[in-house]
Amino acid sequence: MPEIARKHQEHFFAEVDETGLGAVDAVADSGAPSTLWSEAWHKLRRRPLFWISAGLIALVVIVAVFPGMFTSQSPRYCLLENSLGDGRAGHPFGFDRQGCDIYTRVIYGARPSVLVGVLTTIAVTILGTAIGAFAGSVGGWVDSILSRITDIFFAIPLVLAAIVMMQMFSGRRGILTVVLVMTAFGWTSIARITRGSVMGVKNNDYVTAARSLGMSGNSILLRHVLPNAAAPIIVYATVALGTFIVLEATLSFLGIGLPPAVVSWGGDINTAQASLRVRPEVLFYPAGALALTVLSFIMMGDAVRDALDPKVRGR
Amino acid sequence: MLWYIGRRLLQLVPVFLGATLLIYFMVFSLPGDPVAALGGERGLQPAVAEQIRQQYNLDKPFFVQYLLYLKGILTFDFGITFSGRDVMDVMREAFPVTFKLAIMALVFEAVFGIAVGLVAGLRQGGIFDATALLTSLFVIAVPTFVIGFVLQFVIGVKLGWLPATAGSDPDLRSLLMPGVVLGAVSFAYVLRLTRTSVAENLGADYVRTARAKGLSRGRVTTVHVLRNSLIPVVTFLGADLGALMGGAIITEGIFNINGVGGTLFRAIQAGESATVVSLTTVLVIIYIFANLLVDLLYALLDPRIRYA
Repeated sequence: MPEIARKHQEHFFAEVDETGLGAVDAVADSGAPSTLWSEAWHKLRRRPLFWISAGLIALVVIVAVFPGMFTSQSPRYCLLENSLGDGRAGHPFGFDRQGCDIYTRVIYGARPSVLVGVLTTIAVTILGTAIGAFAGSVGGWVDSILSRITDIFFAIPLVLAAIVMMQMFSGRRGILTVVLVMTAFGWTSIARITRGSVMGVKNNDYVTAARSLGMSGNSILLRHVLPNAAAPIIVYATVALGTFIVLEATLSFLGIGLPPAVVSWGGDINTAQASLRVRPEVLFYPAGALALTVLSFIMMGDAVRDALDPKVRGR
Repeated sequence: MLWYIGRRLLQLVPVFLGATLLIYFMVFSLPGDPVAALGGERGLQPAVAEQIRQQYNLDKPFFVQYLLYLKGILTFDFGITFSGRDVMDVMREAFPVTFKLAIMALVFEAVFGIAVGLVAGLRQGGIFDATALLTSLFVIAVPTFVIGFVLQFVIGVKLGWLPATAGSDPDLRSLLMPGVVLGAVSFAYVLRLTRTSVAENLGADYVRTARAKGLSRGRVTTVHVLRNSLIPVVTFLGADLGALMGGAIITEGIFNINGVGGTLFRAIQAGESATVVSLTTVLVIIYIFANLLVDLLYALLDPRIRYA
């Protein structure tokens, strides 16, 4: 019996694989630390949604910067004899009511839309982050006053405020006025997000530690507090970029956005109204280009949000 | 609870004052002379213009004008338009129409958004979910006025299923299509919010507990998953009512509805401060009250929230 038992036991001996003390010390920790951002990037890289939207955004930006690369015609070269004409070689989308080449106008319309979207998003992010971070970190009555001011701007419907304010600039409208007007009333959400994040973080141990180490208030804010608020701000800003483009088109559609001299998708959609019943394509192409651009920014925002959200981590 | 409502109403005061001041200032600084525009081609006699300026307080400095306007509002006197109508009258005519339209949009986005979002969230990753997500992205990306044109053209003109324009004093049937157009973007947001929220709550401990207790599938879905998922959705819907009424300008323009949007747009272009500020103020008040209502609804949806 004992012999048999010993025979069986032989099977249970595992190979001893002892890690030497030196080996423990030599564990490679020289690789990049796994931060929220590197992890997010790692996740983003595997999402087709991210690559599709990134490709579309890149395409739209290239078209906006170098429209001449995609068409050799001028968007303002219009022949009335071509009015509402069908597409033909060199003019794939046909002609609008004024006889302008629709394809060329769609290509040249990208620049104002992208410019308004990007500039407004940058301005809104800077303004909103500054106000929100200031209110959240200082606190007290300053915070109360700034929060009430944010409430006031938030309570007035954006389209309405934009219409009234654009009216103030009648005769002097351009891309910068549209950006100014949309920024004046568009900063509130980012201010609220930033304020909330700053308030949530400012009593954390690592902030107290930084303070007790003698770090100044401003550098604590910049180094330790704001990076924690960056994720929701970036997600909001990406989606907001799309909505700003839509708002610009809406204002141009109402006739109080960009002046008619600027070739823009909103303005072209506005003029296409009159030809909708005769040739729906005239409306379809600028509206489609606008929708595709907005769509790519929203999809990008979605992908980034999923990548940064710790709740969907590891799925 | 009462204490909480009282405090919220007090917070309303500075927002109300600030919003009216801001809008009043913007309308005040609009370029052009509204009184001169009244005279048309021939122009007004200087004495008449002077009298109109006095009548509308336009000869006084900005702050005096604003304070006089505020004094009027406190006694429910919203002033008169340049064509001599009581602004109160104008509002009484415009608001019911826009309110009906906004409620239509709200009901549409709430019912369809929550229903589709719930099913999509329960079957995350399925074909229904993918289609719903794609549709919502599409609806958000296409501007409201394009959706409006296309629906009006296809359903109203080509197929003739619904009236293409609503006109004055519209009935519910002719408001159906404008309501759907107005609520389209919000429908997409409600759908996405509900879907995310449902998907998140499906994995929650209390849902597992409810299943383990042997509760029926329907009960778990409606009582445990849906009720908890509705909290962010209700917040959105409450904030949306104000935005819908203020954002109806485009929809009202497309479908020729004589509501707040059209009235506002015309008043802005004519520089009629009393009308613009009054309409906007009422919009802001509606927005604030809708948000207050939402906060109170929280207590119903989430038993953890109590207002002391």
